[in-house]
Amino acid sequence: MYEHDVIVVGAGGAGLRAAIAAHEEGADVAIVSKLHPVRSHTGAAEGGINAALREADSWEDHAYDTMKGSDYLADAPAAETLCKDSPKETIKLEHWGMAFSRDDDGRVSQRPFGGLSFPRTTYAGAETGHQLLHTMYEQLVKRGIKVYDEWHVTRLAVSDEERPEDRTCHGIVAYDVQTGKIEGFRARNGVILATGGLGQVYDHTTNAVANTGDGVAMAYRAGVPMEDMEFIQFHPTTLPSTGVLITEGVRGEGGILYNENGERFMFEYGYANNLGELASRDVVSRAELTEVNEGRGIEDEYVHLDMRHLGEERIIDRLENIIHLSEDFEGVNPLDAPMPVKPGQHYAMGGVETDENGETCITGLYAAGECACASVHGGNRLGGNALPELIVFGKRAGHHAAGKDMEEAKITTGKVGDYEEAELESPVQLGEVGIGEDVVADGGAAADSGASVSGADLVQRTVEDERETVDALLEKEDGIQHAEIRERVQKSMTRNVNVFREEEALKDALRDIREARELYQDVYVGDKSRTFNTDLLQTLETRNILDIAEGITLGALARNEFRGAHWRKEYQERRDEEWLKHTLLSWNDGEPELWYKPVILEGENKTYEPKVRSY
Amino acid sequence: MSTQVPEHVEDESSAESVSPGKQKRDQKKRERAQRIQEQREAEAAEKARSEDDTYHLKVFRYDPEVPEKQEPRFDDFYVPYKQGMTVLDALMWARDHYDSSLTFRHSCRQAICGSDALFVNGSQRLGCKTQLSDLAEPVRIEPLPHADVVKDLVVDMEHFYDQMEAVEPYFQTNSLPDGELDEQRQTRENREKVKMSTRCIWCSACMSSCNIAAGDNEYLGPAAINKAYRFAMDEREGEDMKQRRLEILEQEHGVWRCQTQFSCTEVCPKDIPLTEHIQELKREAIKNNLKFW
Repeated sequence: MYEHDVIVVGAGGAGLRAAIAAHEEGADVAIVSKLHPVRSHTGAAEGGINAALREADSWEDHAYDTMKGSDYLADAPAAETLCKDSPKETIKLEHWGMAFSRDDDGRVSQRPFGGLSFPRTTYAGAETGHQLLHTMYEQLVKRGIKVYDEWHVTRLAVSDEERPEDRTCHGIVAYDVQTGKIEGFRARNGVILATGGLGQVYDHTTNAVANTGDGVAMAYRAGVPMEDMEFIQFHPTTLPSTGVLITEGVRGEGGILYNENGERFMFEYGYANNLGELASRDVVSRAELTEVNEGRGIEDEYVHLDMRHLGEERIIDRLENIIHLSEDFEGVNPLDAPMPVKPGQHYAMGGVETDENGETCITGLYAAGECACASVHGGNRLGGNALPELIVFGKRAGHHAAGKDMEEAKITTGKVGDYEEAELESPVQLGEVGIGEDVVADGGAAADSGASVSGADLVQRTVEDERETVDALLEKEDGIQHAEIRERVQKSMTRNVNVFREEEALKDALRDIREARELYQDVYVGDKSRTFNTDLLQTLETRNILDIAEGITLGALARNEFRGAHWRKEYQERRDEEWLKHTLLSWNDGEPELWYKPVILEGENKTYEPKVRSY
Repeated sequence: MSTQVPEHVEDESSAESVSPGKQKRDQKKRERAQRIQEQREAEAAEKARSEDDTYHLKVFRYDPEVPEKQEPRFDDFYVPYKQGMTVLDALMWARDHYDSSLTFRHSCRQAICGSDALFVNGSQRLGCKTQLSDLAEPVRIEPLPHADVVKDLVVDMEHFYDQMEAVEPYFQTNSLPDGELDEQRQTRENREKVKMSTRCIWCSACMSSCNIAAGDNEYLGPAAINKAYRFAMDEREGEDMKQRRLEILEQEHGVWRCQTQFSCTEVCPKDIPLTEHIQELKREAIKNNLKFW
């Protein structure tokens, strides 16, 4: 068994920042990640980092834009924390040598982004995430922080008290991809989940193949609620054939969207009469799909994004990477022709329920970055708000886990105080198949021994349990392979739980997920080798995809209103009197339990009054 | 949540673990899984046969643990072609439809994570950005040369990472601005100068293509030298650090080992002028009057 003060799971932007922060506090910290850090998907982020750096700007304005963009579902203490901390964290990256784009006076450049009242998106060409990821990894090397790379974390070792709020996380169980060995990692102070996105729940996504929502699913099964899972952001400009992202920076710099008739539809059809292409992402995604659905799409599938009028010099200065992406992955040179684009799954606004310090309701368990829901983005994330989220909340979680005194959080976690039970009619039984037969919830290892079990023993018992699970998977000689199951879920989610949602389709998705769960009961791993067994790795990931897909769909079915990225055919209005609240899903011995908690709209100096979002 | 389940849905939680009913259900499940699996394989084979355009892949296989794969061999896969299909797409198709043990690294599939550098038709390339239509058939896919093969197309990257770390790959300066909101200034020209060097994705294609690196295990190699260039040429680090950087690059297995063969520059998927960067550092070293190996 390995042992450290703080263990960070995941080595993207949030994980690296968390590890550096814990190290600053003097903790013995290690990162466990299924990819080598420089392979993390933060590297694919293009647009930039929102930070109020200039005198004419303020964190208050940034917070206002964020709350409005969220459609009033973000919690104000989290959004304000993001906006207050972002400037100094962004400049910290500059001090670490990050290669930002520069203005003539040598300061870092900023540009306009959708839904922002000031051009406050700080960037490094159209490869901001790549520069950020590498800059932070460099700092990790400088500090000599230990990384266990190509170790896939499969389980949290959490004590087995009845209420999740009474449980403690003592460590993790991970599988060494190179050798097949399964080992425990005891965390003396805390575990920080920074596992990123979950886009592989869909078959058209900007997310990497590794983004299977592992952290969210693991925390959920250990007892931490999943929050606001129905809010999936669809990015309006992804390449149709691959889902590769074309940054919002193209529209920020003045790129224009056209339909098949050559009409600038954002204005022509009144989707956003003031901001046009720079309306927020949910608005633009719906506009594009409406064009396609009404017969004005190109090849009935996509629209055109044109940046030729910006001129070659400006494109090369600020968007060079886009030329390569469009050429390599779509065969279109955007200096000569408009790029085909359509909406694709891009970002999960929901995730592991945390407070603004990154802490969950389980003692010693934290989450930060895309896998977490603090909640900063509410119903819709503004472009340029994901990278500041990584550095701001990664750092806070790292400090907190390492034992630094943090101000008491204003956001509550777990089933405490002012929450509301929910009812939901489902067409099929939900949750884990075969409950009560052979399924043990995470942490069940300590069930028979009461409170006297030490942290190390608990980790060890969870390891043994996991070894049995994996051995059984590898010993099984026939059955169904995970690829078939994964593909079914991905297709159903794209068909039924996409930009536009309706009740019957959501129920179809639940039926498909149930069927996939039943098939998963008979999953087997064709590759019997212990060496670099990606078949096993993906089979373990697929279980996470199942839990996450169900969470997204259940949330979407429950929320019978239209808010942010969540559009419902039967409910075309935002219903503030009933729905200024978060949806939460708890793993109740394998059966999802839905409940709600109110949104916090009271900020430090003001209360954010919900208004109509017009752009 | 009180979930209301329609009556026809069986409540499985009430079943006993060894009841004959459960055994029967398990048997049925197995049969169904078997059916689905067979159907999937049959469909894949049918698809490959019926498509007009099918690509023939010859893929390197090796697994130290599996008896029939201990002796390296090539497997043939026939993959139905779709417009825009890349080498990575074809490998994933082959894995998901024919042989789930086919092993390779990949993640972002957009040329930024750097994990799927492969040796394709005799050249180092990223699988995800190499169009099948640009390649002659059969498409021969092998692991990167000059690295130990772990399994199939996966190579051991440790040596590459060690070389990267040997050049102190992090920004260093003694003169940061005092204020936590005060930026260091950098001219647009200077950022432009280091820009290409910052694009490295650590795929190790360059290292794999380099004859010198193949013969001299201690040679820092093009990627690590480029990483050092990225900092040495960044005006924010200042002259005090440049001296230190040049000392590292001047060592016996540093820049002077490069014989200007340009193979690294040719294979770099991010178009970094690696050879040029190495030459520029040699010139800097001479200006600096340091030793010549």
